[in-house]
Amino acid sequence: MIEFRQVTKRYDSDHTALRQVNFSLARGEMAFLTGHSGAGKSTLLKLIMVMERPSAGEVVVGGQVLNTLPRRQIPYIRRHIGVVFQNHQLLFDRTVFDNVAMPLEVMGVPARDIGRRVRAALDKVGLLSKEKMNPLQLSGGEQQRVGIARAVVNKPPVLLADEPTGNLDPELSADIMHLFGQFSQVGVTVLIASHDIALINDMQRRTLTLDHGELTAGGGRGR
Amino acid sequence: MAVAADSRKQKGANQSSSPLQQQAESYLVHHRKVARDSAERLWRTPVASMMTWTVMGVALALPVALLLLLTSLQGVSAGWESSARITAYLSESATLDDARALQAEAQADSRVLEVELIDKDQALAEFRASSGLDDALDYLEGNPLPHTLLVTPDEASRTAGGVETLVTRLQGMNGVDRVQVDLGWLQRLNAMTDLLARAVWALALLLAAAVVLVIGNTVRLSIENRRDEILVAKLVGGTDAFVRRPFLYTGAWFGLGGGVVAWVLLQLSLWWLSGPVERLAGLYRSDFSLNGLTFDGALALLIVAMLLGWLGAWVAVKRHLDAIEPGEIAGG
Repeated sequence: MIEFRQVTKRYDSDHTALRQVNFSLARGEMAFLTGHSGAGKSTLLKLIMVMERPSAGEVVVGGQVLNTLPRRQIPYIRRHIGVVFQNHQLLFDRTVFDNVAMPLEVMGVPARDIGRRVRAALDKVGLLSKEKMNPLQLSGGEQQRVGIARAVVNKPPVLLADEPTGNLDPELSADIMHLFGQFSQVGVTVLIASHDIALINDMQRRTLTLDHGELTAGGGRGR
Repeated sequence: MAVAADSRKQKGANQSSSPLQQQAESYLVHHRKVARDSAERLWRTPVASMMTWTVMGVALALPVALLLLLTSLQGVSAGWESSARITAYLSESATLDDARALQAEAQADSRVLEVELIDKDQALAEFRASSGLDDALDYLEGNPLPHTLLVTPDEASRTAGGVETLVTRLQGMNGVDRVQVDLGWLQRLNAMTDLLARAVWALALLLAAAVVLVIGNTVRLSIENRRDEILVAKLVGGTDAFVRRPFLYTGAWFGLGGGVVAWVLLQLSLWWLSGPVERLAGLYRSDFSLNGLTFDGALALLIVAMLLGWLGAWVAVKRHLDAIEPGEIAGG
């Protein structure tokens, strides 16, 4: 589903964020991406989202080589990738429902389907009763779950998360990770960047470790 | 591969109507939603919006008012050209019978459409009524005014040359003292309206550019205000067109509001000016009147205003929206 072939990302002459990274994630696989801060975790996620382009090597998502993707095609790739951020990136000028509906609106889904699918996603994260509230009225954990609902509402085959439990206490973090596990069980490829080693060890999943831009563990082909 | 399979699955999940039709339908629904939403945003800040509308309204009303004035003036000169009349003053010694004979003679000319005789008594009465010199005229012993023939040239002779030959012919007639064609002021008026027309168009162009810049700046501010929303929309796969749409509608609504304000300003000043203008035109015995905007004209004004607003928004969107990339959300 996701494949990196000898990917190098250089920002300028003296700063190399990723060095010849090789790995692939299968459909329905769930993996963690870890490493010290500045090791290249975010760069790797950005390459998958086509927010950045590799300096060398190939990034392949869903069989499509992203290197040569024309700019105008980028939005269509992003529709197949759900993203969860540490700071949620929720909009506070609209309800929880409208936040979650955004990916569907962008795709031009008919209004009657939007209601059904948004409620299904909110139900999945256990926030169906709060659809009419403003995200500001919710707790940190609930806000994060709204972010997850938005990331999965259009049933993307790939789900990325950048420090999704950064601001949450351990119990809530475990809840969120459990949720991600459920998505991978229905065939979603999940990649979670995190430096919460304890949590990662608890989950017993494949772990990709980055050190100064080099993949030191968990590379190669998945199960 | 799996991505493609997934999108097929999503399309397959649609019910009855064909996917294309459904796509088009939801596209239109989205347009309507965005149009309504951006209009509501303008209503929510009525003072700021009203100020922008007024700026636009004034900038649009000015050139349109001048254009209307110009059309009215051109109407005047056109009216006069078509009814260019030659005035032949008969010599003082000519009697009314002589005058009738001359009238018949002139009428016989094929180049003449109509000859009107104004006898001296009638002329005096008219002069008395219009000049206000009633008392002064009483002191005169006799009637100092001659009989006058008003000659209207035939359609074909209403050119400069045609009128010229007709004037020569009338001057040659026995008993005609002086022939007058007052077209000189008309030519000057024409030259002036031509000059004015160019000035108005130049002004219109400048003000249109100003309108575009004003809207561009206003839209730039609203782009800054909605930065987060733009980022998220791009992040979840919004196309450039999708992200631009609300701002282009905002520009168009600003334009429409500006057009309406301009129209109101024009109608108000027209109403305010129409009385004095009528009196002035009456004094010049002219049928000159200030013409307001016709329905078509008003419609054109609104459409042009909307287009200018849209253009302004487009400029701002091009410059500022494309610069917002979701890459900056995620930290290093």
